[in-house]
Amino acid sequence: MTTRMMGAKVARVEDDRFVRGHGRYVDDVAPDALHAAVLRSPHAHARIRSIDVDAVLDLDGVHAVWTYEDLAPLAPAMGEPLPLLIPHPTLTHGRTQYALAKDEVNYVGEAIAFVVADDRYLAEDALDRIVVEYDLLPAVVGIDAARAAERLVHEDVPGNVAARMEQANGDAAAAIAAAPHTLSLDLEIERSACMPLEGRGVAARWDTDNGRLQLWTSTQTSTGVRAAVAAKLGLDLMRVDVITPDVGGGFGVKINHPWPEELLVPLAARLLGRAVKFTEDRREHFISSAHERGQQHHVEVGFDDEGRLLGLDVRFWHDNGAYTPYGLIVPIITSTQLLGPYKPGAYHVQFDSLYTNTVIVTPYRGAGRPQGCFVMERTMDAIAAYLGKDRTEVRSINLIQPDEMPYEHGLTFQDGRELTYDSGDFPTMLTKIKELVGWDEFETFRAEMAAQGRRVGIGLAAYVEGTGVGPYEGAHITVETSGKVKVATGLTTQGQGHQTAFAQIVADELGVPFEDVEITTGDTRRMPYAVGTFASRAAVMSGSAIHLAAKKTKEKALRIAAEALEADVEDLEIVDGVVQVKGSPGSGIGLGTVAVLSNPLRYAFDEASKAATQFNVGDPTKPPVAAGEEPGLEGKDFYSPPRSTFASGMHAVIVETDPLTAEITILKYAVVHDCGHLINPMIVEGQIHGGVAQGVGGALYERMAYDEAGQLQNASFMDFLMPYVTEVPTSIDIDHLETPSPLNPLGIKGAGEAGVIPGSAAFAAAIEDAEGFPITAMPISPSQLFDLRAAHHA
Amino acid sequence: MSTEQLHRIRLQVNGVAHEVEVPARRLLSDALRHDLGLTGTHVGCEHGVCGACTILVDGTPMRSCLMFAVSAADSELTTVEGLANADGTLGPVQQAFRECHGLQCGFCTPGFLTTITAGIKENPSPSEDEAREMIAGNLCRCTGYQNIVKAVCRAAELAATHSGEADQ
Ligand code: FES
Ligand code: FES
Repeated sequence: MTTRMMGAKVARVEDDRFVRGHGRYVDDVAPDALHAAVLRSPHAHARIRSIDVDAVLDLDGVHAVWTYEDLAPLAPAMGEPLPLLIPHPTLTHGRTQYALAKDEVNYVGEAIAFVVADDRYLAEDALDRIVVEYDLLPAVVGIDAARAAERLVHEDVPGNVAARMEQANGDAAAAIAAAPHTLSLDLEIERSACMPLEGRGVAARWDTDNGRLQLWTSTQTSTGVRAAVAAKLGLDLMRVDVITPDVGGGFGVKINHPWPEELLVPLAARLLGRAVKFTEDRREHFISSAHERGQQHHVEVGFDDEGRLLGLDVRFWHDNGAYTPYGLIVPIITSTQLLGPYKPGAYHVQFDSLYTNTVIVTPYRGAGRPQGCFVMERTMDAIAAYLGKDRTEVRSINLIQPDEMPYEHGLTFQDGRELTYDSGDFPTMLTKIKELVGWDEFETFRAEMAAQGRRVGIGLAAYVEGTGVGPYEGAHITVETSGKVKVATGLTTQGQGHQTAFAQIVADELGVPFEDVEITTGDTRRMPYAVGTFASRAAVMSGSAIHLAAKKTKEKALRIAAEALEADVEDLEIVDGVVQVKGSPGSGIGLGTVAVLSNPLRYAFDEASKAATQFNVGDPTKPPVAAGEEPGLEGKDFYSPPRSTFASGMHAVIVETDPLTAEITILKYAVVHDCGHLINPMIVEGQIHGGVAQGVGGALYERMAYDEAGQLQNASFMDFLMPYVTEVPTSIDIDHLETPSPLNPLGIKGAGEAGVIPGSAAFAAAIEDAEGFPITAMPISPSQLFDLRAAHHA
Repeated sequence: MSTEQLHRIRLQVNGVAHEVEVPARRLLSDALRHDLGLTGTHVGCEHGVCGACTILVDGTPMRSCLMFAVSAADSELTTVEGLANADGTLGPVQQAFRECHGLQCGFCTPGFLTTITAGIKENPSPSEDEAREMIAGNLCRCTGYQNIVKAVCRAAELAATHSGEADQ
């Protein structure tokens, strides 16, 4: 029997290529391409009075220079604003930018002009010669300014409010009024960003001979980009191929599309008849891609003597930046997922999504959950402090119990479906995290450290994450006559090891050697129906679709082999790529031969195909391809779940705070994680490690430092402090809990985002525990902690 | 075509000499990637902070985004493409990254591999703390570094066995 691959720590097949420097990222393709550069607004809010490109027109090596005026004549839809991708009904005042600014700019970094030249150096020289005259307008920067609404981002959007949304289950106000105890809290999280090491990039080639556009882009959705490019450029979808090559990290920012450059580059390629490429530089990534996280929250909570929630009312304000191409996904997720593993009693939530003159906001790993988790967990800690109870006791009493699954919250989730948890065992998880971090032994440790003049604190935070949102993903499998198995799924890969994990699934289901399976992702030529890689959905969605497609391929292989072997389908199995009578090795035929038999040929070109000509296969009295069958040993299927599956986890951290300098050091970090069945535990743990590092960054270092004029003052790796190895925990203790999802055939739940979600909540709790005063805003730097100490001890 | 003044230089990369004509301002990273087609060297920031573009210049790790191509003309350069063993198998650092799951998206990886190659040459048996110090100037947004630290120690082991075998 072949060893089962699912659940095994299989080394990644993609790594050989990567470690040799043979990865293929967008900037590596089309070496003959011309290079594009974009002139970006230096002002956060201004009207454009004039743009003069005359000095560029006859520069050596410059091939094109465009402003807004040039676009509509080339393709009418290019004169329209960029699409509003997720038009939620409550987004009453959605606004999107133009590919190149028309009349007005609303953030520093907004695209104004586009130049194509022999190389990037010359293109940037050209940008320097474009003269733009602006009438400056006052900028709205930060949530306070947006809420005050003394100035507006968009003249026709009153109060800067893009959307106001409200959800409730029960009468929270009444429940709080009647509760024995109440608390109110104000909690804030600052702006941050995904910051993949590879920025955005796009390359395009117009194939004049075939009349086709070939586009490579560093995206999380090649099918999304394809549809958008076809629509905006006025091309038939069938003439547009989008290929997502290797992607140097995404973390959410590359799900937004189409970026202006994803339209301008193919338009230029078509017009110039030359390959054209745009590679974003780091400063551009800071000021012209997307950010997230910035939110202010006000909580009213009512609870009983034991800390049981009776009513929870959350009002929050979400900074959506200058435009809303990605709709309200982030605040909707905060508003629903802040509930975590708890029963809130009566619940009411309301948010305003607000415009500011800053970079747009789209999901960053966790997508609104880190904020929600921060709000709920800070509330739990505040209740425990108020009642003088252990923080885990208050949590314990509010947990949803395993026998309450599926648990309905009575709310609507981000996908428009009911917020219903499918699985999870939160009490066991709490027990495990307490053990893993040493919760019950901590007071002894604290005393020991105190005796040495050292100050330590412990904190913990829990989350539930809706993963694997719909609508669907698909897979197509072809077994070649060599026996090699070629698999295509449409969503993209940006480091998750899909080539390995998906091959494991195929090897198990189809019964073929792992090495014979090759996975292709994100290539619309191979799988034109797909959604994308976001919301921790790839393993759940494409994993399930691949499993189903492998099942179909296997059924077909068995049908064909049964005829050839004159055996019953039920008596056959596939082992190591050979179809054989169960338990009798040596009796069978290889899948390659089955593939030959599946495709009756007229023409032979080698020995294998000779065997498949009409003279050699099949019953001469029947049609060569039976009714209802198709030629080829292939299988295709789609997976479309009724709703998301809910992963969960708890993190705990022990920190030390320096009594003098307020420096914050991590002494221990523990994770308990439930993503159902694991396909490849090594990859899952890698995802957790990376998520935790981003959680550390979000809690202690990373913030977007805008000044009041809307200039981003830390738009470089020098000033935006992402963790190096010196900032992350030296080791992370991880324990898995596997409560399988009942919603998909493999029982899996997503794992990609989880590691980052509880970071700020857990660190805030631990620092609060060390210092003895409330921590209500994150991230927190040593100097901020130092100031807080001064304020509290004054 | 541009009228920029070009300089004909010889770049010696991974033991192979290349003649290129470049303007004085062309970054070494761009010359490697776009003029020589050695796209294994990646560019993550172009301001010397992330380390993705690290190559070995006469054996010393240098940020190729902070050097002009013309200034590298007299040096022996090693990029990630030059780290495999002579027989084509993975070199010790490459092998260690694969074994320890030291990479995810792979974008930062070439800079780590070159840095560590030089690092374990200087310190053939680093402690965990020394391993951390060795990579403390390189950014990775995917892995959280724990497995990269493991890979440094594993690479040192592999390199020791490898050179031990070579000595026999
Ligand atoms: S690209 Fe050279 S250090 Fe970042
Ligand atoms: S593996 Fe993606 S940045 Fe390091």
